[in-house]
Amino acid sequence: MKKLINSLIVLALVGTAISCSNSESGGKSNKGALASSAAEKVYVAPGEHDEFYAFMSGGYSGNLTVYGLPSGRMFKEIPVFSQFPTSGYGYSEETKPMLNTSFGFVPWDDAHHPDISQTNGELDGRWIFINGNNTPRIARISLTTFETEEIIEVPNSAGNHSSSFITENTEYVVAGTRFSVPIPQKDMPIKDYKSNFKGSLSFISVDPEHGHMDIKFQLMMPGFNYDLSHPGRDKSHGWFFFTTYNTEEANSLLEVNASQNDKDFIAAVNWKKIEEYVNNGGGTMMPANYAHNVYDESTHTATTTMKKEVLTVDPLKVPGAVYFLPTPKSPHGCDVDPSGQYIIGNGKLSADLTVHSFDKMIAAIEAEKFDGEAYGIPILKFEDVLAGTVKSGGLGPLHTEFDGKGNAYTTFFISSEVVKWKLGTWEVIDRKPTYYSVGHLMIPGGNSRKPFGKYVVAMNKITKDRYLPVGPEMEHSAQIYDISGEKMELIYDFPTHGEPHYAAGCPAELLKNNAKKIYRLDENKHPYAITSPDQAKVERKGNEVHIYMSTIRSHFTPDNIEGVKVGDKVYFHITNHEQDFDVPHGFSMIGQNSSELLIMPGQTKTNTWEPKKVGVWPFYCTDFCSALHQEMQGYIRVSPADSDIELSWSLGED
Amino acid sequence: MKNTIKTLIVMATLVLYSCGGGAQEKKVESKKVETPKKDKVEIVEAEPEVNKGVGPVKNVEVAEAIDAAMVARGTELFNTKCQACHKVEKKFIGPAIKGVTERRSPEWIMNMILNPVEMVEKDPVARQLLIDHNGSPMANQNLTEAEARDILEYFRTLN
Repeated sequence: MKKLINSLIVLALVGTAISCSNSESGGKSNKGALASSAAEKVYVAPGEHDEFYAFMSGGYSGNLTVYGLPSGRMFKEIPVFSQFPTSGYGYSEETKPMLNTSFGFVPWDDAHHPDISQTNGELDGRWIFINGNNTPRIARISLTTFETEEIIEVPNSAGNHSSSFITENTEYVVAGTRFSVPIPQKDMPIKDYKSNFKGSLSFISVDPEHGHMDIKFQLMMPGFNYDLSHPGRDKSHGWFFFTTYNTEEANSLLEVNASQNDKDFIAAVNWKKIEEYVNNGGGTMMPANYAHNVYDESTHTATTTMKKEVLTVDPLKVPGAVYFLPTPKSPHGCDVDPSGQYIIGNGKLSADLTVHSFDKMIAAIEAEKFDGEAYGIPILKFEDVLAGTVKSGGLGPLHTEFDGKGNAYTTFFISSEVVKWKLGTWEVIDRKPTYYSVGHLMIPGGNSRKPFGKYVVAMNKITKDRYLPVGPEMEHSAQIYDISGEKMELIYDFPTHGEPHYAAGCPAELLKNNAKKIYRLDENKHPYAITSPDQAKVERKGNEVHIYMSTIRSHFTPDNIEGVKVGDKVYFHITNHEQDFDVPHGFSMIGQNSSELLIMPGQTKTNTWEPKKVGVWPFYCTDFCSALHQEMQGYIRVSPADSDIELSWSLGED
Repeated sequence: MKNTIKTLIVMATLVLYSCGGGAQEKKVESKKVETPKKDKVEIVEAEPEVNKGVGPVKNVEVAEAIDAAMVARGTELFNTKCQACHKVEKKFIGPAIKGVTERRSPEWIMNMILNPVEMVEKDPVARQLLIDHNGSPMANQNLTEAEARDILEYFRTLN
């Protein structure tokens, strides 16, 4: 017996030693106190909330994803330009019009640069805008419902890339074309591009109350590629800055042919001047055809209006409205510091950053110190507008954000790093590697007058070995750095969905108390809504069958329907009668050539079904709604096309 | 001696698990064994008016006379927000409404309308009703206290 006791004691001791040493040497996390402090910085305890929202563009997913910072947890994917079966967006009858364009129904886009609305240059948390790059469109998303409310197509644009950036009182959301094209479009030889193609920069006004967008004017610029842009702010409010490349106007092998000029331009556009010109009747109305899709929150329904004309402005007709600032090496990012004084052009083929001075630009313009012109637009002298050069030592600078404490942070794609440098002295303060090949970066409010300089998120293009391999395609990786101190500290990695180009972030406090929880049933103005289950009915109009249905935990009213025939087109108009937060119901019908619907409390959604086979076919709720969710189902009897069975519907014994 | 061994085994086990262990050690948690409950328990309340339930409503003054305006509003609200699950005369998803003001106190009824989740957790009558109705939860329809009061007035006409 003593032996047994002894061996147990030994076991206990050995066990202790082994198990503890295991946990200490386990994996890569053995970095002592540093690692644990990084863990504490990103750890958001169960049930607690993140300090910031981050809205990441989804790139080729066409959507916008919502994350928390610093946890890196993903909260939502907001469908914008892509059909989204998870909610029925782009499949439901109500939301299909959102994806209409002059090219017809385009169920996808390449979503790039989200930007949160501002008042006085500070984030106001009303809306977030994002551009569709491929079939030029700008979307506005409500930051109370986190739903896409409006999409406007941009005519005369192609590769809507220097978009969607907003002026400091959200007067305009600006959309510039990356590819120049014939305007108006016409059948012509591609090789005649030079001096015949044009680049349009669109200033889309935003209604201050409803956010509704309308193209105020399009500036018809020389046929360069307008790559990125940012508004002036504070002292430079009223101006907008666009980087250009391919000032060579090459139409083939741009990789080489658009890299010939030592310097391209940053175009400085005095939009206030052009606005005044337009308000006084200036500009030329041009025939056009583009879709304007607006979602009405009270009818839960989107409608498309095809617009037939657009106001264009020739920059030469508005003296003093546009200047070119020479900027080395095919600049990509175009970023303006919180004071509005510095315009940073990141020459992507360079090691250095070029910083222009707004004051010097104004002085040079006033002194009329020009260095020639391009297509009649005055070119300022590089030396006259240069504020300084950041000798970074990195390669391939792309984008810059600001912390509001006098520092700037620039990503370097080729050398995979974030470099922190000081505005005014241009000295490099710190550099940290990214994993790998970083594109954009984001500091919440980092492109406004008032950044929240606590974290920077680097959005990387290449993931490689950062996560467990999942086949050839990996989700992209993001890295969070704590930037509260002098040196940056990498504190977390997290995967992002699609390809985040830019992102926008804001303090959680700005949004979380305004987030909508339910749609009020008594405010539901959907034409097919029923506000009480005793209004449930089924109507036939020729071969269309309209089913007015309601849901509540956990049944459909009605759940037995007869009299539907092969060849009919059945519309399910479903109103969710729940009035409690986070209690949606789903709906799906066997054999539907569409997606399910996810219907929020108080909301009405519609989808269709064209029964092809005689029989009794089930439908059910797709969202686990209660303990009796599995019981939330029903049947539709489908009779032959020549059947004379009358429509009937019921629930229970009624 | 047996006790000592037991203690040591327990200790050894505790030590092994307390260090957080590697992936090879599966955490073993004891499962609660629920004692089987009777299918149905009759709810017998000697003095229903004593049970006011749990929620925002502490005291409701109910006048002798029925307020017709409140009844009209309450009827409308009941038809749009409640009747998906409640019928007046018969049990449906939830209990029949008829006679509810005789079975329950006014406060209990309003708290059940306004605060169903907590009621089911803390009020034994509400909990038993949930069991009796197949676990179908009473939906929180986000009504105001005034709206719940209107519905109560309507219920008073159904006895």
